[in-house]
Amino acid sequence: MSVGTPIAHAAGFIAGDRPEIVTARFQYEDAYTLERFLATEGYEGLRAALAKTPQQIHDDVKSATVLGRGGAGFPAGVKWGLTPQGVWPRYLVVNGDESEPGTYKDRLLMELDPHQLIEGCLIACYAAGLSQCFLYVRGEMALAQERIAVALNEAYAAGYVGKNILGTDFSVDIVLQWGAGAYVVGEETALIESLEGNRGMPRLKPPFFPAAIGLYGKPTIVNNVETLCNLPWLARKGPAAYTAIGTETSPGTRMVAVSGHVRRPGVFEIVNGTTTFRDLIYGDEFSQGIRDGSELKAFVPGGGSAPWFLPDQLDLPFEGKLVGAAGSMLGSGAIMVMDDQTDIPYAALTLARFYAHESCGKCTPCREGGTWLARILERVIDGHGAPEDLDLLLEVGESICPGAFPHAASERLGLEAVPFPYKMTTICFVGPSAYAPIHSALTLFRDEFEAKIRPRTRIPVVAAAVAGGGS
Amino acid sequence: MTDTPKPAEANQPKEAVEAATTDPATDEAKEAGVAEPAPDPDAVPITIDGRSFSARKGELVIAAVERAGTYIPRFCWHERMSSVGMCRMCLVEVDSGRGPQITVSCMVTVAPDMKVDTASDTTKRMQEGVLEMLLANHPLDCPVCDKGGECPLQDQAYSHGPGESRFVEEKRHFEKPIPISALVNLDRERCILCDRCTRFADEVAGDPLIHFIQRGNETQVMTFPGEPFSSYFSGNTVQICPVGALTAEPYRFKARPWDLTQIESTCTTCSVGCRTLVQASRDELLRYQGVDVDAVNWGWLCDRGRFNFEAVGSPDRLAEPLVRGEGGLDATSWNTAMEAATQLFDDALDAGGGDGVAVLGGARGSNESAYAWAQLAAALGVTHRDAQLGDGLPAAVVDLPRATIDEAAAAATVVLVGPDLKEELPVLYLRLRHAATNNTTKLVELAVADTGLTRHAWRSVRVESGDVAAVTAALSAVDVAEQLGTGPVVVVAGRSNLAESESSAAAMIRAVLDAAPGAKVLPALRRGNVVGALQLGLRPVAEGDQDGLGILAAAAAGRIDLLVLLGVDPIADCPDTDLARRALAGARRVIAIDTFLTDSSSQADVVLAAAAYAEQGGTTTNLEGRVTTLGQKVTPAGTSRPDWMIAAELADRLGLEDLAAELASLEAITDAIAANVPAYAGATRAALAAGADVLAVATGDGGAFGADRPAASERNRYDYRLVVSRRLYDRAVGTAKSPSLAPLVGDVAATIHPLDLDGLGIAAGSDVTLSGPRGSVVMPIAADAAVPRGSVRIPFNAGSSVNDIVDGSAPVHDVHIERLSS
Repeated sequence: MSVGTPIAHAAGFIAGDRPEIVTARFQYEDAYTLERFLATEGYEGLRAALAKTPQQIHDDVKSATVLGRGGAGFPAGVKWGLTPQGVWPRYLVVNGDESEPGTYKDRLLMELDPHQLIEGCLIACYAAGLSQCFLYVRGEMALAQERIAVALNEAYAAGYVGKNILGTDFSVDIVLQWGAGAYVVGEETALIESLEGNRGMPRLKPPFFPAAIGLYGKPTIVNNVETLCNLPWLARKGPAAYTAIGTETSPGTRMVAVSGHVRRPGVFEIVNGTTTFRDLIYGDEFSQGIRDGSELKAFVPGGGSAPWFLPDQLDLPFEGKLVGAAGSMLGSGAIMVMDDQTDIPYAALTLARFYAHESCGKCTPCREGGTWLARILERVIDGHGAPEDLDLLLEVGESICPGAFPHAASERLGLEAVPFPYKMTTICFVGPSAYAPIHSALTLFRDEFEAKIRPRTRIPVVAAAVAGGGS
Repeated sequence: MTDTPKPAEANQPKEAVEAATTDPATDEAKEAGVAEPAPDPDAVPITIDGRSFSARKGELVIAAVERAGTYIPRFCWHERMSSVGMCRMCLVEVDSGRGPQITVSCMVTVAPDMKVDTASDTTKRMQEGVLEMLLANHPLDCPVCDKGGECPLQDQAYSHGPGESRFVEEKRHFEKPIPISALVNLDRERCILCDRCTRFADEVAGDPLIHFIQRGNETQVMTFPGEPFSSYFSGNTVQICPVGALTAEPYRFKARPWDLTQIESTCTTCSVGCRTLVQASRDELLRYQGVDVDAVNWGWLCDRGRFNFEAVGSPDRLAEPLVRGEGGLDATSWNTAMEAATQLFDDALDAGGGDGVAVLGGARGSNESAYAWAQLAAALGVTHRDAQLGDGLPAAVVDLPRATIDEAAAAATVVLVGPDLKEELPVLYLRLRHAATNNTTKLVELAVADTGLTRHAWRSVRVESGDVAAVTAALSAVDVAEQLGTGPVVVVAGRSNLAESESSAAAMIRAVLDAAPGAKVLPALRRGNVVGALQLGLRPVAEGDQDGLGILAAAAAGRIDLLVLLGVDPIADCPDTDLARRALAGARRVIAIDTFLTDSSSQADVVLAAAAYAEQGGTTTNLEGRVTTLGQKVTPAGTSRPDWMIAAELADRLGLEDLAAELASLEAITDAIAANVPAYAGATRAALAAGADVLAVATGDGGAFGADRPAASERNRYDYRLVVSRRLYDRAVGTAKSPSLAPLVGDVAATIHPLDLDGLGIAAGSDVTLSGPRGSVVMPIAADAAVPRGSVRIPFNAGSSVNDIVDGSAPVHDVHIERLSS
């Protein structure tokens, strides 16, 4: 088995001896140029797509079951079909606001192969009948913005984007827009608000989803960068080749970022659905085990907002439905590994603080609850906690997520798994995300929290009779 | 329905539960075993807490549940604004066939067979959780908070809250109230970020001057740097704030809600006729709140109407009658004053009969006062009477086919020819803005300058005063003519320029009516009860009767022996100031019935102290002809009396026993109006008390309106057409005597288009001379892109002397602008 190759110009990416759908060009230092792109089957997928009818391409994507790679894992082909007929204009919005803690796959795709993304956008617009595309890139990703801007200029000049693409009557404009630094804008409706020039605050999805009423009140498809990057390959090779990789429910490949206390953190393109967490954390071609010979204590399987897993779950494959049943989610494809040196309450606080800080302030449970949770936890960690504070954390969390909250099974604690999803009182997932790490940590490692609570000496209050006369 | 009056913001769950009952009609039908009527296509059967209920198609769950008699707690939802689903207080469990789902009841509309559970354990747990979080950072300074006692947060914390808080961290701190405008204070510690005020400012008022800043736990409402929340509607945000975060400067720390007593009334600041709650404590007016009336104001009020209660309690009020003696006006008893007044009437009638007497005014008072004075005048043979002073439109405007506000808001096209409604009839502006922004109505605006509605208008054309041909041309443009043919047209007709004659303004309106035959008219007259006063007889009736300007001209010419000023101040209110001054000097005797000693009433021989708004009951008529009740909440200042009572006593003293008997009491006059004035036949006390829709529309001949077309004058290209227009805040007593409003009048300048100012080569802010045929006045000049080129605009009654050079009978005025030589 190959041990994988770190690539110097693609910091963090580790190539391996595996099928490559979206990272094939990462080996070239000039992968982001139009020249290299064209030399490596660039825009061939677009040509192949334009040779078919939009409906055929749409059906290909549907039959290939291309799952959304942003977090929710909704099939892209189904999403495209949700737009109401006959309402114009309709938009494609590309969600390049990758901000989930531990996730940095879209950044690499945008920095290293921007033309692939542009090609993916064009194919999506062609298949779903969209006339205008907005590429929203996270504010902090300067290199990605620059490379996409250059690539867009090249593509416009070469006739791949704009009016009458490749001499057909298919025309699409792509507009690059960058964010102003808010995690919540990764949520699709908040992203749309931000694109419109408003505060990045999510809209309530019932009654209207973006596919019906989105950007500027028009039907809008919001797709993740990695999702779209799959399309050129799919268009070139066809759905059968795509579904030949991975499992039936999760075909193709998937970008996964492993970070934390491992020997070799990095981003890998893995076969979807079959690779296990043990492979990813301990495998030679992946992260090569825990650093400094320590033991694995826990890991987050799908980005900072996912409930945690224990070593008990190592043999689960990286597959959405199975992970959901085991009490967590794959989310944006980021594994964060904690070894046995980790201060679990502090790790939970770090994540909870992030989500409390990133709350947009729109809905009450997230705005007030997230900060409240973080402050209780801070108090506990600082040694000012009381035993009842631990239950309070769970009760405040229940105001954000009523009912049973998903968590992993633990043989050590004799716990059964509570499967996904959870219920929530908030508009979007930022609020529950502040609670998820606290809930996991407290459920799976309650003893570590209790150890932080110093026993208090209570001075007994004794009722003493007040003497009438005094002595 | 005789609902107990309650403010538009009725958030108290108890009240809501009591007020809402199941539809008695359906219950009765069931009991009586009556055959079921045909199924309503808009009915949506749902189940609420196990009981079936027929909701309406498109209805929000929260509204349907409330109609069914169950109150879902809420903070951010307001039925007159769009839903945002921010506070999360209205979460309930709804089962639409997939099991109970947590649902935001203010965002989701009813669907057939939906099962709503407002009392499940999960629902209760969520409500308690959200309330605990809302209170986590709330300062709980209820004992010193204006809202305490009528606070939705307080009430719902009791009805739906957990009882105690587990929040022991330090609360969020902000500087305690900061003024965000001259009238409104913001306490960010109390704020629960429900988005009501910010949504109101943006969606309803169209003044998005407040917004959220920061994010997460640091989110706060704030104005933009250096820009106050100077909206004409800012007071509404105080009323709809579900906590005490926004407090009104004029009411702050004045009373506790449980000390207030209240009565429902109608605002008579302008002629829109917004329903209000008049609230007082210890016989002092302290607050007006808007009442949500579907047909009129939807709960909103403008700040002028909301805060001018201060003038009623002003220490400058006339508390007793005055009679001119050797050394000027002396306070005296009512008996002496009425004797003097009677004597003046007798003398004048003896000298010249009814023709020597004139009654000016009456637009400020109630229908009863107008009727009493009109009847008194008629009995004495006085035909010279007018509620207007050349500052409105020819009285025949009320004889034109009348539209209601609802009809205007539902019309395919509304043609605006007249004033800036945002300045003159602010709540009508809100209603039309709502209609335009919701794409239900297209606005065609013919205005002398940009108005508040210009940016919502489908077509906005600048038309110079007097240019009737331009009106006809604008409306005969192909697209406009086509639009006028698409459906009902309502013409909102008023006076855009007080330096234009009434007949010239009427000719413009007539040109609109000619272009849109069959259109209904909503008269955009400013004064509170001007429509009622005109319809009840305070207007010239027969050929040869003098109108307001005619009366003043006759007085100036020495032909009037007795001039009665019924709550008017011609020197301030008449566009032709010079004529008003000459009239007061030329009238042999003057009786003024007024609440304050004004420039005009101080020249009277007898001044009778009048009761003000909220010091008397009765009825009023708004611009639609809608008759509503006025509530008396406080006792009149000093010994002042309602106008009708003065008329009744004069009738008695002048030997008109029958009339005196008819005018014996307020109730008797209301009955007499209903019995004797055909248009008011429906305005019976019973109907008014029941809150019925009573529309009194005079059925006269409006055909003559605007028929006489003054000769169009050519403007010299070096001159500027003078536009004198009203602003919301002016020097009328209602604002001038309200300490909170008086400073808002602002500076007065002549404004011209920036390019015109460049062309003149005069620096903004420097003094200029405006010269016309009547002479010249001096004032500062400023640039304003809202004024079209070739026009100069000056606010009316705002402190300038521009009306010194206005001739009330001249169709238009052109002035020359010159730098003031130093």
